[in-house]
Amino acid sequence: MENRYHSVRLDVSRCRGCTNCLKHCPTEAIRIRDGRAHIIDEKCIDCGECIRICSFHAKVAVVDPLESIKRFKYAIALPAPTLYGQFRGLKQPELVLEALKQVGFDDVFEVARGADVVTKAIRERMKKGDYPTPLISSACPAVVRLIQVRFPSLLPNVVDIRQPMEVAASMARREFCRKHGCAPEDVGCFFITPCPAKMTAIRRPIGQIKSEMDGAVSVMEMYGLLLPHIKKMQADPDFHLATRYGIAWASSNGEANAVCPEDSLSVDGIPNVIRVLEEVENNKLTDLKYLEGNACMGGCVGGPLTFENNYVAKNTIQTMAHALPPTHPDEDVPPSALNKYPIRNDRPFEPNDTLKLDDNIIVAMQKIQRIHELMEKLPGYDCGSCGSPTCETFAEDIVNGQCREMDCIHLMKAEIQRMAQEMVDLAQTKRE
Amino acid sequence: MNGLIHSEYPRETADYTHAGEASADIKRKLKQLGVSASVMRRVAVASYEVELNLVIHSDGGVLSLDVYPDSILLVSKDRGPGIPDLEMAMKEGYSTANEEARALGFGAGMGLPNMKRNADGFEIESEVGKGTEIRMSFNING
Ligand SMILES: Nc1ncnc2c1ncn2[C@@H]1O[C@H](COP(=O)(O)OP(=O)(O)OP(=O)(O)O)[C@@H](O)[C@H]1O
Ligand code: SF4
Ligand SMILES: [Mg+2]
Repeated sequence: MENRYHSVRLDVSRCRGCTNCLKHCPTEAIRIRDGRAHIIDEKCIDCGECIRICSFHAKVAVVDPLESIKRFKYAIALPAPTLYGQFRGLKQPELVLEALKQVGFDDVFEVARGADVVTKAIRERMKKGDYPTPLISSACPAVVRLIQVRFPSLLPNVVDIRQPMEVAASMARREFCRKHGCAPEDVGCFFITPCPAKMTAIRRPIGQIKSEMDGAVSVMEMYGLLLPHIKKMQADPDFHLATRYGIAWASSNGEANAVCPEDSLSVDGIPNVIRVLEEVENNKLTDLKYLEGNACMGGCVGGPLTFENNYVAKNTIQTMAHALPPTHPDEDVPPSALNKYPIRNDRPFEPNDTLKLDDNIIVAMQKIQRIHELMEKLPGYDCGSCGSPTCETFAEDIVNGQCREMDCIHLMKAEIQRMAQEMVDLAQTKRE
Repeated sequence: MNGLIHSEYPRETADYTHAGEASADIKRKLKQLGVSASVMRRVAVASYEVELNLVIHSDGGVLSLDVYPDSILLVSKDRGPGIPDLEMAMKEGYSTANEEARALGFGAGMGLPNMKRNADGFEIESEVGKGTEIRMSFNING
């Protein structure tokens, strides 16, 4: 498929070449060269930090327009539970589901129902015992990619069960085809996404060969379209609903609370996730059974493609969830569901070794030595003016042939001073 | 003899602000070398434990990293106070960590046993009044 696909892109016309995104990228995937930003495909994890930080809106997330659902004879909308949180005071998820049908989808299927099945599957997995602790959630693709780039030794800890959206899409397509007697390829499954990371996970899946989803429309776009319909709606539509636990996956700790309420930890926001993963890697959190990490503050309700303030959205979701029956997915999901649909990954999580300097370890060692020498010369300000995020990455970039020492303005200044002094000295010798 | 790569990380007593930075830097270097994730994890655990012991228990010292084409060597050398009973110190659960260290989550008495478990080669020498030296080696290929 599209092997280098990324939802996060640069709009060159808006980029001023400042260092905001450069300094905030958690995987050092951005460089400023020739007065504009460049995203290094191999390092980008589509977390959307740069979208949030850019004052010029030059970083964008590409998703599918609603129009694109027309490619299929039938289209099913699969809303992330985050979508419900966008509508202040919303009491019933049914209204959103019905409104999705009114704006052009032939059917709807809650991703929260996928979360219910995944909850049960992970709990069954944990009951068997014999797993590395803590097990790390695979639901946030930005976190899984972060682990591939920065914590490859933790990949064996990542749950090898599919994300809720994938399981939901399998269920939705199967149900729809059975009900309407149509062919699977006539049905398009569209995720209503809070983030670019999920979009990328559809086009370039992580533990799967191919995604069950056919595309993704943003929560932001759907919010505007759905609002008038929801306001007008009077009837009390009837839908098979997810449990309150499944819906709660939208915000941080929802997943951990459903999967493993004891001895679990949930952490949100990329810098915080990094801190906790460091501790896991140093074997400092082995008492923990389950770790839920979300790239976004507050969990998916804080996704870059959402509209509502994440605290308000969390509140809306919690209030709505409390009004649902207290049934746990353990009872709600029939055991047969775990064998009926593809639940497990069909591909291992591979480490991303973009930090590796050379395939030959001796050459790599020589490069590290050279980096070390360069570091002695560089000022250590990590100012970013050279276009690399830190002095150390700048040294790495030099060794990899991507820039030159004189791209550092501080070295350059020293060099100019030295040359000026030489000229003065020369002028003096001539006069003597 | 120093390795092709040689780095030194001096550590002072109770300097928790820099604690963990040596092991983070070591991890980065091993990633740059393309060392496998499983070897890296073992080095990460051992280097973190030994670094923290310098901060928590020693009167200050130096952790050094040497990388050879097929092995990694970690050496921690401090200026005291030395360990009176090595056999005891190596036991799981034995700890003399103070209140401050315990409040930060250290003091389970698992550091030394974990180093031994994770390293391919482990040697420790200590003399009360002089200091402690720990040498750990790891085979890069497995
Ligand atoms: N460099 C050192 N200098 C002096 N004493 C040491 C040194 N390293 C370890 N010790 C002694 O050995 C004991 C055991 O060390 P170990 O690392 O196994 O456990 P800990 O540091 O007390 O707790 P944990 O490592 O689980 O946080 C320490 O409590 C301390 O008394
Ligand atoms: S926390 Fe949720 S919204 Fe944010 S990147 Fe991860 S999956 Fe996407
Ligand atoms: Mg210790």
